[in-house]
Amino acid sequence: MFTVLGLGALVLFGLLAPGGERSTFGISTAGDIVEIDPLGVPSRQAAILLALLCLAVAGYAFLLTARAEPVPLWLSVLFGTAFVLSFLTWAVAGETISLTGALQGSLALSVPLIFGALCGMLGERTGVINIAIEGQLLAGAFLSGVVASLLGNLWVGLIAAPLAGLLVAYLLAVFSIRYLVNQIIVGVVLNVLVLGLTNFLYGRLLSPQAGTWNSPGRFPRWKIPVLGDIPVIGPVLFDQTVIVYCMYLAVIVVHVALFHTRWGLRVRAVGEHPEAADTAGIAVNAVRFRNVLIGGAVAGFGGAYFTLGAIGVFSREMTAGAGFIALAAMILGRWKPMGAVFAALLFGFANNLQSVLGIIGSPIPSEFMLMAPYVLTIFAVAGLVGRIRPPAANGQPYIKS
Amino acid sequence: MKLELRGITKRFGSLVANDDISLTVEPGEVHCLLGENGAGKSTLMNVLYGLSAADAGEIVVDDEPVAFSGPADAMAAGIGMVHQHFMLVPVFTVAENVMLGAEPTRGAGLLDVEATRARIREISEQYGFDVDPDAVVEHLPVGVQQRVEIIKALVRDARVLILDEPTAVLTPQETDELMGIMRQLTADGTSIVFITHKLREVRAIADRITVMRLGRVVGQAHPESTESELASLMVGRPVSLVVDAGTSDPAEVVLAVRGLTVVDDRDQLVVDDVSFDVRAGEILVVAGVQGNGQTELTEALLGLGGRVRGSVRLAGTELLGRSVREVLRAGVGFVPEDRRTDGLVGQFTVAENLVLDLYDRSPFARGPMLRHARIRSNAAERVGEFDIRAGSIDTLASTLSGGNQQKVVLARELSRPLKLLVATQPTRGLDVGSIEFVHRRIIAERDNRTPVLIVSTELDEASALADRILVMYRGSVVGIVPGDTERDVLGLMTAGYAPEQAFERAAAHPTRTGHPEYGGDGDEGEP
Ligand SMILES: Nc1ncnc2c1ncn2[C@@H]1O[C@H](COP(=O)(O)OP(=O)(O)OP(=O)(O)O)[C@@H](O)[C@H]1O
Ligand SMILES: [Mg+2]
Repeated sequence: MFTVLGLGALVLFGLLAPGGERSTFGISTAGDIVEIDPLGVPSRQAAILLALLCLAVAGYAFLLTARAEPVPLWLSVLFGTAFVLSFLTWAVAGETISLTGALQGSLALSVPLIFGALCGMLGERTGVINIAIEGQLLAGAFLSGVVASLLGNLWVGLIAAPLAGLLVAYLLAVFSIRYLVNQIIVGVVLNVLVLGLTNFLYGRLLSPQAGTWNSPGRFPRWKIPVLGDIPVIGPVLFDQTVIVYCMYLAVIVVHVALFHTRWGLRVRAVGEHPEAADTAGIAVNAVRFRNVLIGGAVAGFGGAYFTLGAIGVFSREMTAGAGFIALAAMILGRWKPMGAVFAALLFGFANNLQSVLGIIGSPIPSEFMLMAPYVLTIFAVAGLVGRIRPPAANGQPYIKS
Repeated sequence: MKLELRGITKRFGSLVANDDISLTVEPGEVHCLLGENGAGKSTLMNVLYGLSAADAGEIVVDDEPVAFSGPADAMAAGIGMVHQHFMLVPVFTVAENVMLGAEPTRGAGLLDVEATRARIREISEQYGFDVDPDAVVEHLPVGVQQRVEIIKALVRDARVLILDEPTAVLTPQETDELMGIMRQLTADGTSIVFITHKLREVRAIADRITVMRLGRVVGQAHPESTESELASLMVGRPVSLVVDAGTSDPAEVVLAVRGLTVVDDRDQLVVDDVSFDVRAGEILVVAGVQGNGQTELTEALLGLGGRVRGSVRLAGTELLGRSVREVLRAGVGFVPEDRRTDGLVGQFTVAENLVLDLYDRSPFARGPMLRHARIRSNAAERVGEFDIRAGSIDTLASTLSGGNQQKVVLARELSRPLKLLVATQPTRGLDVGSIEFVHRRIIAERDNRTPVLIVSTELDEASALADRILVMYRGSVVGIVPGDTERDVLGLMTAGYAPEQAFERAAAHPTRTGHPEYGGDGDEGEP
């Protein structure tokens, strides 16, 4: 069933995008896009081709809507990919970029988003909005860095990360579920708290005594045999740190658990209709409490990626809003793990593009490129949300009579 | 299974909702619970189902005292419940809803949907349900949703089934089918606790009747008792079941609807070129089986939703294209179909709900400030007048009993000067005493020269109130007939027969009394 809003969003999706496309190939100039094995593509033709693909997808989506059928996720993904590639072809016209490098960069920026989105999803599927993802990521980054540095053991640091996220989540759960404080307010307060705390400790300990407190180092990359040798995909996906491999696992586990297990059915029921779940003998608030905690642990683990996976040291405010973008990724991904992955990749890609294009000096002003991910986010949250239905009881506390 | 309640007491603050209640449900019987709105029927059932804990008393199953800490315990003891407001997850499939809470798994917690599908098919076959395990619940008609609720209970091997006002939302045909299902269940030894306000149904199916008033059991009634005996036992005074409508004196046309057409979100034509007039001092009842465009018609009058064409003139002024607020300001009183979502704000108090669409005007506001004293005195007055049973005027609306929530909406809409009254199912869920009262108020409004438009699926109600009856079928007007038209004819019209045909057929085949051919074309995919 499609709502009026859904129709509106699709018209936007269908009509606005082609509008953008026309300008794209209008400006295109002849040139080559070069990849690892110099794979030259006439940029104009390629851009037009991809734009046409976009149009076709939009048209098909429109047709589906007209027939009152839901637009499947893969279609949105295809549209997003084609759109971005078309844009890229135009933007790097006449220049050379490394596709592998660009994708590696995108994935790197997506990892915390994906962990964050999984965390948000675990909460919101039960009806608890988690604005504190940012704080949980930051806490995970901080504690994992400090512990790994103090003990000189990366693995212990990795175990400490989910504990930090768990602690933040515990506070969220206690206040919002047990004491019924507004979920958003608790979340915001927790973010500020974690930020303040880490800044304080950073200033007092980590920065002056970086040797003991803030030199955790990084996990090595492990190349998976065979898979790692596939061109482009291999180095991007299968030559990664243990944290990224854990992420693959987490996405699959959450997906299967949510949609194919008893646990998942109960979780979704609690988020959609808590009274119904209650009358079916499910302890609503216990399910919520548990899920917020699991989510916190996931986000905390994801936080470790900043310190132990990517940079190798903790720095002030190093999550830089990833927790909020993660929320957007979750929404754009329709509260589904796979959807969130693609949304996060899209955000990561846009973010990465900004730095890549900055280096090669593309026709677009870098300010615009800086804005791009956020514009994308606004589109995601405002434009596309209409046809996506959040869990019905999202944000509402459950009070048993 | 024999079930006994002994001395159950349940308090909400100072309000005693159940006061030392004892009753016994024998195996295989239909035990009817009768009582006014707010008598404590639902509360008692919630205790029995483990949803809320009693302050005193015990539950005894087959002579063993049991203690329920939650619905899971009650279900384990063989008690199933179909709630007054359905407890189904709208976005889940039938199978998912049925297995929720008692999921069959294939190890490692993986759901075994196939096993549930098989069970649903098995039960459907046994009782003649026509339920697709993979249909998404929100797309199903209420009658089928209710069957899903019953399947939910049966899958858990319920030996006692509680049905809390199951017929309030059903068409007469669906009600008949439900009665059939209940008979089959009791024949298999299942006991049923049946709550309803419709005395006709009580007389048709009850083996034993317990009457409650103000939280207490006031007695047992014989299933052979007449409807008026039952009614007076329940309310504690004689009740007239059919209000004397007096004589009406329709004057000039005040509401003129022309060519009204509504297209819904799914591009379906739900109201198709509907035209009618309502005169000052006249009650027009829109009758028909639920889902034939009545709801959309009233919503269009009010300026709510949908794509609407045509014209709606109230005393010469066009209403279409105006906002809901403007329409209400123009003096239209509106009682929506679903009181829980459209009529009330559950988290507001009774007093606040009673001024929901008046709060920003004198006498309840001075400038931007609310005048709380006025709001409170207004509430006290309305609560007394409409006999709203609430702990106090500061009680949250969501905690009121079903019938009392309805009374709050009625009290608000009927207590201001009106130029037009539009009410959808005004007496749904009300007890007989309250129905009498509400009918009197509607007639008083008519005598006040207000044009009144009532949407009702109850033919009894249509006959009791109407000066004229407009029958809708699949979005169009089948015909407009006088208020004293026979039930049989009306029944045929609701199934789509034009008035002349309906008169002919009704004369040729008089139907069994009480079972008119009401919506009998199996429109909703029922067996
Ligand atoms: N959670 C609650 N908090 C406070 N009062 C409550 C609560 N639940 C029910 N009540 C009160 O208990 C009384 C009995 O309500 P109940 O719902 O049992 O009535 P009922 O007999 O089912 O009526 P109806 O026929 O209208 O459904 C009402 O006065 C109601 O306001
Ligand atoms: Mg009730």
